[in-house]
Amino acid sequence: MTRVVHYLNQFFAGIGGEDSAGVGPGTAAGPVGPGRRLGALLGDGFEIVATVWCGDDHAAAGDGVAAEIVAMAAEAKAELLLAGPAFGSGRYGLACARVAAAAEAAGIPAVAAMHEDNPGVGDAGAAPVVGVGPSAREMPAALDRLAGAARTVAAGRVLTPAGGRVGPVPRRGVLAEAPAAARAVDLLLARLGGDRERSEVPLPSFDRVVPAAPLADPAGATVVLVTEGALVPDGNPDKLESARATRWQRYPLDGLDRLEPGAWRSVHGGFSTVWANEDPHRILPVDAARDLEREGAIGVLGSEYLVTVGNGTAVATARRFGVEWADDLRRSGARAAILTAT
Amino acid sequence: MLCNLTGIALRVGAPRIVPTRGIPYPTGDPALPPAEERAWRRRLVEQALVAVSTPVEGPTLFPLDGGP
Repeated sequence: MTRVVHYLNQFFAGIGGEDSAGVGPGTAAGPVGPGRRLGALLGDGFEIVATVWCGDDHAAAGDGVAAEIVAMAAEAKAELLLAGPAFGSGRYGLACARVAAAAEAAGIPAVAAMHEDNPGVGDAGAAPVVGVGPSAREMPAALDRLAGAARTVAAGRVLTPAGGRVGPVPRRGVLAEAPAAARAVDLLLARLGGDRERSEVPLPSFDRVVPAAPLADPAGATVVLVTEGALVPDGNPDKLESARATRWQRYPLDGLDRLEPGAWRSVHGGFSTVWANEDPHRILPVDAARDLEREGAIGVLGSEYLVTVGNGTAVATARRFGVEWADDLRRSGARAAILTAT
Repeated sequence: MLCNLTGIALRVGAPRIVPTRGIPYPTGDPALPPAEERAWRRRLVEQALVAVSTPVEGPTLFPLDGGP
């Protein structure tokens, strides 16, 4: 009988909504809320002996909170800790990931569940994260996946992408049965025989993007310039990276008709920025956009531009930026974006 | 999206792609005299507006032909 402790946030634990996001960790015996169904799905051999919850804001705030939560789990003699499912909820996902990471570090195997685009997927340390749908509408399927992942981990097996694992997978050294050359020839023969899927390393998959409906009338629209060409104010005041971006910035274009050479520069580390620095419009076409705005070809040029560096950007990071940019554009009333890529 | 490596853009699924002339200068062409480079830039931005106003089913190129 594996003793399971289930971590939930304040909402799923039934404490309250956003108003209770600041509550500290609490615990109760047995399963709570979705934990009941999770317990049923886990079946014989598992028992959710306790549930620990915490408010999303409190959990996201400090380092010590994850340790506090794991201490409560340890008090309940947890042999396995399951966190979530957090779906697309960022603070909740971060909390689940950190709790799972802290549990593993304390010697309690753990699994966190959240959507693959959740910002928390990278924070789970040695604990695997199992992917679930983006919203709580998919709770039944999500609990199913979490239960499946729990069984895998409890059996001492490693959760793999084929089993739903998402997020970065820490490397482990394994002694292979045959040398790499022999395995490579086997893979090649398999491919020649028609097996196009077999691979030792999963290749990144690019999800299919449904194209947005066309703009009916650019003349009435707010159009925003965005770029991955790392064009920033001279001096790079916010220290945008030159590669492997971890963030993006926004800078004002209000009142600017043109970009003055010398006042801007590209910090992109992937190509020679000489031409961009001679004329910043080669990266961000503010002059052309203003002319078109003046002539009425577009309604309004966005008052800010968004910028990051597209140089060795992790796919998951780029995906996250895309989601954040889309959200930002929507909120600023933009109807279209022009992205210059290098 | 305005970019030079259109093969990559198509593969990762960018829906509307306007090909440019060089990686270091998506909306430029240093081989041209300044006035012509500005004219080329304007054509690119206009083509971007054409692209966002056009319905597409999947990754689609919107190339400009010829010079500035």
